[in-house]
Amino acid sequence: MNAMTERTVETPGGAARVWEMGSGETVGYFAGLHGLPGWLPLLDSLSENRQVVVPSLPGYPGGSDHEQLDDLFDWILAARDVHTASGLGGADLIGASVGGALAAEIAAAWPDAVRRLVLIAPYGMYVDEDPSTDVFAQAQDKLSAIMSANPEAYDSYVDTPDGEDEVEWDLTRFRAQMAAARLLWPLGDTKLGKRLARIHQPALIIWGADDKILPASYAQRFADAISGPASVRIIEGAGHKVEFDAPDAVAEAIGEFLNNP
Amino acid sequence: MKFLWFHLMPYPDLPDDFKAKHESVWVNIDPGLFDAERGHEVYNEYIDELEFAAEAGLDAICVNEHHANGYGLMPSPNLIASILARGTSDAAICIMGNSLALYNPPTRVAEEMAMIDCISGGRLIAGFPVGTPMDTCYAYGQNPGLLRPRYYEAIELITKAWEADEAFAFNGRFTQQRYVNVWPRPVQKPRPPVWVPGSGSIETWRMCAEKDFLYAYLSYFGYKSSAAVMKGYWKAMGEMGMEPNPFQAGFLQAIGVAESRQEAEELYTGPGNYFFDTCLHLSPRFASPPGYTTEESLRARFASQVVTAANRANRFSGSGINRSAERKMFEEGHVIIGSPDEVADKIREAAIDLNVGNLLMLLHFGNMSRDLTNYNTQLFAEKVMPQLTDLFEDKWEHKWWPEPMAAAKRVMQTEAAE
Repeated sequence: MNAMTERTVETPGGAARVWEMGSGETVGYFAGLHGLPGWLPLLDSLSENRQVVVPSLPGYPGGSDHEQLDDLFDWILAARDVHTASGLGGADLIGASVGGALAAEIAAAWPDAVRRLVLIAPYGMYVDEDPSTDVFAQAQDKLSAIMSANPEAYDSYVDTPDGEDEVEWDLTRFRAQMAAARLLWPLGDTKLGKRLARIHQPALIIWGADDKILPASYAQRFADAISGPASVRIIEGAGHKVEFDAPDAVAEAIGEFLNNP
Repeated sequence: MKFLWFHLMPYPDLPDDFKAKHESVWVNIDPGLFDAERGHEVYNEYIDELEFAAEAGLDAICVNEHHANGYGLMPSPNLIASILARGTSDAAICIMGNSLALYNPPTRVAEEMAMIDCISGGRLIAGFPVGTPMDTCYAYGQNPGLLRPRYYEAIELITKAWEADEAFAFNGRFTQQRYVNVWPRPVQKPRPPVWVPGSGSIETWRMCAEKDFLYAYLSYFGYKSSAAVMKGYWKAMGEMGMEPNPFQAGFLQAIGVAESRQEAEELYTGPGNYFFDTCLHLSPRFASPPGYTTEESLRARFASQVVTAANRANRFSGSGINRSAERKMFEEGHVIIGSPDEVADKIREAAIDLNVGNLLMLLHFGNMSRDLTNYNTQLFAEKVMPQLTDLFEDKWEHKWWPEPMAAAKRVMQTEAAE
């Protein structure tokens, strides 16, 4: 069994936490809503035959300050900075939800920076006929139920671990929501759609069939808009946090994609 | 002491089963509930009530801004204020206020308020709220994390635009203008008094102290629920070396006056229930957009809470509206009711206790009729106000009140129409 290691990298916007596990070809991972308050079984699976590098995006647990980021350009540069600083240039990149929107931006803006792209229920689009749910207008105690198909398990995952200060933990958790809202307010549409055609890299789009936030129908829209070869994998029984709800199925899909491009 | 007559302009005909059948009075309220012909009536009645209050001798009449809100029909308070500027002669016109971050560029606010200050002959009080989450972030789509920085920048821009004696370039974080040049200029020099409605954050108090603004705590739950915030305000002002001038503070209070307490209960229970039960039926999911409250304020709030499972789930929700309290509206002081003497005694006690020299009053609340509203206003103006106007006047100077043109120089609508 591999051990997870943690290091800190410096970026123009401040220091950021980077988690790593495994060895072999490098694959980066940008987390989604809530960031990564803790390690994920999906990352264990991925690290079995590659080096998984997980930098924290601004405002997310372990990330740099997000309050200096005023617009999308600031966000894209900040994401690219932490991507570069953690040594991910040219590697495969996985991005989930909020991290998916930023991973796609990096792939579109710097084609050489991303070898192959995996997007897990990425933000960045809003479709009038098939609107997404307003994740920022939900009672906090109902959030898990719309994020995950296993809300009790998800509650436990984000809850304060033993030994952590509850106030600081809750602030950390809420800060991740603040950062996501700052990037995505009000509709989650960063107009990424018009830049997807710049992506010529091979891409895999993964979506939970029961995503209550971003409709699974968005998956094909992403695949259609990307210029490179793009395939879609819809995972049954999984919600927006498909990487949490169905880690084995997601790991298998990613493994297939990265092993057999 | 100053008495300001404040209208929220609620829609008066929300159905009896509103609370059972609808999620929220604000943001996603059903447009089908609005009868525009009834809207025509109530706007005109409400303007009558404001003009009646000015005529009755109230010190000021106040309007405010809400969006997609069943109890606040003034998306543009400036429209109503401009009517009042023309239709009244002496009362101050208090716009409480414009949510500055909603205007792009905020120069628009400087211009419209300068117009109203000119039309009214210098009677404007300029209110600068951040704006509620419901209005700004949800109804108007503003980014919650950027709202406050935009607000602070807008205050810089607007006050500079009023005070500058030449056109200037403004290179802000959010607003850039090569030429800022507000025509018309406000009558009041260097600018109209600025009042800031706040929710109790230390950042706002500090700004009021630094910029010589008036701070007003506008809670719908009256003087008892305002006490903690106002005491915090005066403590902070003292620590910043500011004198405790009660005229630099205001609070909101619903009031119902009648000949006796019993009559007051009969008259005001229905409208009070409509206000607290129906008008304040607000979905909590619209109370706390992530980023609206700063991390510093959240940390302070959490640190003062005893952490239980129940309040942990709600700790990010705004403290704005406490619906469990609605049934005790008279006992808890959410509405002060009674005979004129009882009301005057209660107000004096509250004003002294909170050290507040400006009372913003809801003499219309809920679904009160024009007749009842005017009755309330008349009794207040004739029998309550005279008992209290001298309060604080002997010791303190009111430096945050409009300084209009001399009455003899002001053009009145009636004269102009002749």
